[in-house]
Amino acid sequence: MSEKLSYKQHISAQFNAELDAIKNDLLEMGGKVENQIELATEALLQTDSEPAEAAILIDRSINRLEVEIDEQCARILARRQPAASDLRLIIAIAKVTTDLERIGDEASKVARVAIKLAPVQSPQPTELRFRRIANHVNRMLRQSLDAFARQSVEQAVKVVLSDADIDDDYHSAMTELQQAMRTHPDHIEYLMEQVWALRSLERIGDHASSIAEQVVYLARGVDIRHADNEGLRNLIN
Amino acid sequence: MPYMQRDALIQASQFQSTAARTPPGLVVQQLSLSYPGNGSALVDINLDIPAGAVTAVIGPSGCGKSTLLRCFNRMNDTIEGCRYSGAIYVGDNNVLAAATDVTALRRRVGMVFQRPNPFAKSIYDNVAYGPRIGGIRRKRDLDEIVERALRDVALWDEVSDRLHTGALRLSLGQQQRLVLARTIAIEPEVLLLDEPASSLDPISTLKIEELIYELKHTYTIIIVTHNMQQAARVSDWTAFMNGGKLVEFDETDRIFTNPVERATEDYITGRYG
Ligand SMILES: Nc1ncnc2c1ncn2[C@@H]1O[C@H](COP(=O)(O)OP(=O)(O)O)[C@@H](O)[C@H]1O
Ligand SMILES: [Mg+2]
Repeated sequence: MSEKLSYKQHISAQFNAELDAIKNDLLEMGGKVENQIELATEALLQTDSEPAEAAILIDRSINRLEVEIDEQCARILARRQPAASDLRLIIAIAKVTTDLERIGDEASKVARVAIKLAPVQSPQPTELRFRRIANHVNRMLRQSLDAFARQSVEQAVKVVLSDADIDDDYHSAMTELQQAMRTHPDHIEYLMEQVWALRSLERIGDHASSIAEQVVYLARGVDIRHADNEGLRNLIN
Repeated sequence: MPYMQRDALIQASQFQSTAARTPPGLVVQQLSLSYPGNGSALVDINLDIPAGAVTAVIGPSGCGKSTLLRCFNRMNDTIEGCRYSGAIYVGDNNVLAAATDVTALRRRVGMVFQRPNPFAKSIYDNVAYGPRIGGIRRKRDLDEIVERALRDVALWDEVSDRLHTGALRLSLGQQQRLVLARTIAIEPEVLLLDEPASSLDPISTLKIEELIYELKHTYTIIIVTHNMQQAARVSDWTAFMNGGKLVEFDETDRIFTNPVERATEDYITGRYG
């Protein structure tokens, strides 16, 4: 269900161009962040430091885009004094940018863990769960960005609801890591790294979820950050 | 309320924030209006204007904003062949009833226009004009009224040393504040402002907006403006009109962040109508 897709053009063609530019930059930033997570998780799961280095390199261009998009938001607020859906678009973009930048930071952390773990053979009791969690948060991010581009409330709400789906895997993985620390006290250093990576992945899921919340604000003007599941489902039924 | 009594009240309440009085709200019911040879200018308007707050009326040029405003104090009566129906209640009184004393109504419901229109008299005489007609003669009473009104519109400090010079020598922004002082000197309950700042420079505009904010606790204010940012800045409630119809009425915060009607959205975001 895509709504509000049929907006007319602004009388000011220049304003249209500015909004298009900022939306494009945001989606470019989203693409880079997606790419970064894929590289970082691949590095972690394959214990390969090459994709990890690549992921860390991308972080710079993400930071640069964050600053550029913030500047564009400030400029539009100052010069255009946007209202209604235009105002919500600028507010949502500013927040989504912050989430994307944080996701980028978390992905870099995962990449750094991968680089540390690559040369050692530490026990990986949770590889399957890691993989499932990584796939899940990747999917959440992709879908939240897609929902943003299409302003799809339905897709956004599904992303928010799906955040709970990784809880089981996350807690089981943590428990397994703790057990492994007891069984292999000599590997605690590496196991701790895995704990950090796991927490980073979980946070990426949280940020993807908050991007999806902004989609609902953008499309409907409703703030769902503190809504319960029933309230969320009511939005799409 | 007599002026002296109001002053005493204001002095007595100087250390409390209680408003000296509560102005009435306005209720518009099934208001329609047509000008001769021009079809309908207002079509079945229903609207509750809250008391002691600022309501902005926005909409494209020619949508009927000024016409609506002029209904509230029966200014349209002066236009030959203008026909209207429906009701407008100010408090308990139906303004549009045939029995309404229009002169008394215009004392209750004051109006300020786009172009400042001070009389070609002194600053003092402009403000004292209404109270004098109202029968106040004593110089001390008039002095007090003039000073208070000029202070209320933040003009006192600028003109207190030349009260008896001609009002037309003031700058446009000062003239508009003087007109506002002249209007509130007779203590109306409702203030109608028709694009009151559109001929003023940005600083004078901000001063007028600041005044509107100050005055809204003692007056029910309705402002017509084609400046949407101004509506967003000064008003608590916003009515959006289009083609003589009321399209949407809601809290200003809502209208400017998430209006319900697509037509409102298109207008305030500047999209093709
Ligand atoms: N005195 C009048 N005689 C005939 N038509 C009028 C008169 N005043 C306004 N109109 C018409 O009524 C409509 C609404 O005008 P108005 O209330 O002045 O609009 P706004 O204030 O929103 O620009 C317009 O079409 C205008 O041409
Ligand atoms: Mg007008």
